[in-house]
Amino acid sequence: MAFRLKLVPDETRIDFFRWQFLTFGISTILMVASVMVVFLNGLNFGIDFRGGTTIRTESVQPVDVGAYRQTLEPLNLGDVAITEVFDPTFGPEQNVAQVRISAQDGAEAVTPETIAAVESALQQVDPSITFPSVESVGPKVSGELVQTAIYAVLASLVAISIYIWLRFEWQFAMGAIVSLVHDVLITMGVFALFQIRFDLTTIAALLTIVGYSINDTVVVFDRLRENLIKYKTRALRDLMNLSVNETLSRTVMTSGTTLVALIALLVLGGDVIRGFVFAITFGILIGTYSSIYVAKNVVLWLGVRRDWGKPDPKDPKTRRNVSPFEGAEEV
Amino acid sequence: MLQIDRWKRILIIGICLLGLLYALPNAFYSRVEAHNDAVAQIEATGVETPELAAARDGWPSWMPSSLINLGLDLRGGAHLLGEVQVDQVYKARMDSLWPELRRALADERETVGAIRRVPSPEGTLAIEIGNPDQMARAVEIVRGFSTPVTTLTGAGQQSLVIQPQGATLTIQLSDAEKAVTDDRTIQQSLEIVRRRVDEVGTREPTIMRQGEDRILIQVPGIGSASELKDLIGTTAQLTFNPVVGSTGDADAQPGLGQTVAPSVDQEGLFYILEDSPVVTGEDLVDAMPATDENGLPSVNFRFNPTGARAFGAYTSANIGQPFAIVLDNEVISAPVIRSAITTGSGQISGSMDFEQANRLAVLLRAGALPAEMTFLEERTIGPELGQDSVDAGKVAAAVGFAAVVALMILSYGRFGVFATVALAFNMLLLFAVLSVIGATLTLPGIAGIVLTIGMAVDANVLVFERIREELKTARGPARAIELGYEKAMSAIVDANITTLIIAAILFVLGSGPVKGFAVTLTIGIVTSVFTALFLTRLITIMWFERARPKEIEV
Repeated sequence: MAFRLKLVPDETRIDFFRWQFLTFGISTILMVASVMVVFLNGLNFGIDFRGGTTIRTESVQPVDVGAYRQTLEPLNLGDVAITEVFDPTFGPEQNVAQVRISAQDGAEAVTPETIAAVESALQQVDPSITFPSVESVGPKVSGELVQTAIYAVLASLVAISIYIWLRFEWQFAMGAIVSLVHDVLITMGVFALFQIRFDLTTIAALLTIVGYSINDTVVVFDRLRENLIKYKTRALRDLMNLSVNETLSRTVMTSGTTLVALIALLVLGGDVIRGFVFAITFGILIGTYSSIYVAKNVVLWLGVRRDWGKPDPKDPKTRRNVSPFEGAEEV
Repeated sequence: MLQIDRWKRILIIGICLLGLLYALPNAFYSRVEAHNDAVAQIEATGVETPELAAARDGWPSWMPSSLINLGLDLRGGAHLLGEVQVDQVYKARMDSLWPELRRALADERETVGAIRRVPSPEGTLAIEIGNPDQMARAVEIVRGFSTPVTTLTGAGQQSLVIQPQGATLTIQLSDAEKAVTDDRTIQQSLEIVRRRVDEVGTREPTIMRQGEDRILIQVPGIGSASELKDLIGTTAQLTFNPVVGSTGDADAQPGLGQTVAPSVDQEGLFYILEDSPVVTGEDLVDAMPATDENGLPSVNFRFNPTGARAFGAYTSANIGQPFAIVLDNEVISAPVIRSAITTGSGQISGSMDFEQANRLAVLLRAGALPAEMTFLEERTIGPELGQDSVDAGKVAAAVGFAAVVALMILSYGRFGVFATVALAFNMLLLFAVLSVIGATLTLPGIAGIVLTIGMAVDANVLVFERIREELKTARGPARAIELGYEKAMSAIVDANITTLIIAAILFVLGSGPVKGFAVTLTIGIVTSVFTALFLTRLITIMWFERARPKEIEV
């Protein structure tokens, strides 16, 4: 027998409901905590969402945040944030900092004079300094981008629940939605807690998480549907456990391959997309967890109609519930 | 039984080979790019220099030569989102309507009485008439200047809204006319921006309308967004105005229909000008840098026949009077007319260096924007930063690929190797499709590719795990493989359709880099399902037919 790497043993009989009050409790607490952190700490919005200008500086000399701050003070730019950027891909003489200026009153986008003033002030501190990127978003556009971002997240949740509802049953759609909201909220909570920059690409990352998490959830649901047909009399809870156990090695394997690829990108991909990749990586962990511990718990509590085997012709509701299983193979 | 028709096999292998062929140019990016540029240039100019021919022959012309476009964040360049101030055109329309109306109403002085323009909100025209009881006649005359507007919704609407009130007649553009005007203003602005950007000859700029009144401009390779803004010239409007007088007081109160404009070269000198110009930059057909009689930089220009006629008429009637050449509301020079200029050509001289003369000529040639643009968003990305991102992305993708391959082979042995081959072709197909449709690769797009590498094996994993399960119960390996594919199908379909839904939403609602991510994700899903369901299966079957194993191990 050739060697096989087995991340999960061939046969598992884990009772995923054994600690359900603990796991679901932790999930609930984390969700509530995330909402609180987001409201108390606030998200560290990038200029996409709150307007303003970011200037990336690069110099041979080490970054002196204090000196930068001092030289910019007389310009009266309001809220100025200066952060040094570290990255393993930088060379020895590559010192990078990010200067963020909040939106100036009334200006749709920043004026060239402001940027020129900032650049020349920084050049006084360090003549070797260069500006590899300057980005500026006016308050008008940033307001619209916030709106679009919220629409995007809501639209994806609605579209997916409709699809799941059509393919499975409404209880499954509810389970999927709860787990997706769980993933999105907790990821946002982590962003608020560590004050990681939250911008347009983060929204793209959140939607990717939604996509991945639903992917995982659907695989479990698909197996559950199959098992519901196969074992007509077994308890729903047992069937759920069976389905998760049967798909466990696939879940772990796919998460594993996706994670190794993403970790390579997280470490080697450069600092510009690190926030984006971090969001996806974290989201995949939490998404894998939620498809095992959150989605099906909700379905279990809502219950699934099991009497589809003998449809009551007089009850249109029952008849509708039959349809998702029609044509499925019976073994 | 386990089998695939011969023609299906040919089709699958054919698609994979096509993928290889079309992905190949990207491996020789700079060479193919030089080839494409050379071909385009030879075609445009008809001149074939040895350098161009060498660049062209650097890549065989019978090979596909489509490349993936690199987005601004990978190539470096400038990005601007401008909002066109369409309202300004309403004002200009009203201002130009006034002289015509004045003439028409003056012809009927006996009935309507004396007329004068009174101050009114911007974009409207208010006229006071001497005989308010003859208002109906005045309205009738003004209505003669109104034309029906043909739009999809506003059928039957007139272009002007005329409101008589007491002795005052207020005129403004109707909503239907405003909509039509807005559209025209944007189209014109787009065209002018395009021409100005083309003047500097940069590669593949993106200039497109966004929403109602916005223009998105992305120019790779340009130094900075402010350079691009200078080039577009926020208000590069050239006019030739009659001069009423000059003053040293910037706050001088000009009469109605007059403005005060500063002089460019003489500080503290201001000219009082007539608002309505004699000729505008729109009538200019050519402008080029030159030197004046003193050998100083200047710009020569030429008018079209309409402009030449107007300019000729004005100069012959006003010999000895000064007129002003106004650019961006600043008087470049105000020469005195010595003789009638009927040839339609002239010269602008003043204190400028050769580079300024050159830029001014470019601006004049490209024409004026019909309305100002305010910039809502601007981004500059340096080329080094973009290159760093590309390099980091390449390394990360290679390492990620190797890690996934290792994990797959360790977990599924021979089948892991099959999946690896499929994954490699998946990447080739992804690059081929991106090249052929001319998609733009952005930094999040690279992340999308790496994510695809990780997730692409999912369909294979689903199938392999299912085969493992079926091996426990099924009759023989062939049946197990068949059942594995069959039963994993619905999970694969559902899982990928949900991801496709997300990608579609990202594409519709996202902008720029996010859209690039959506594109790579979408194509990645399609190619990974294709390679997992068809290519891996084909490889498995071909191996199975050859080896005829009594039992298999997944």
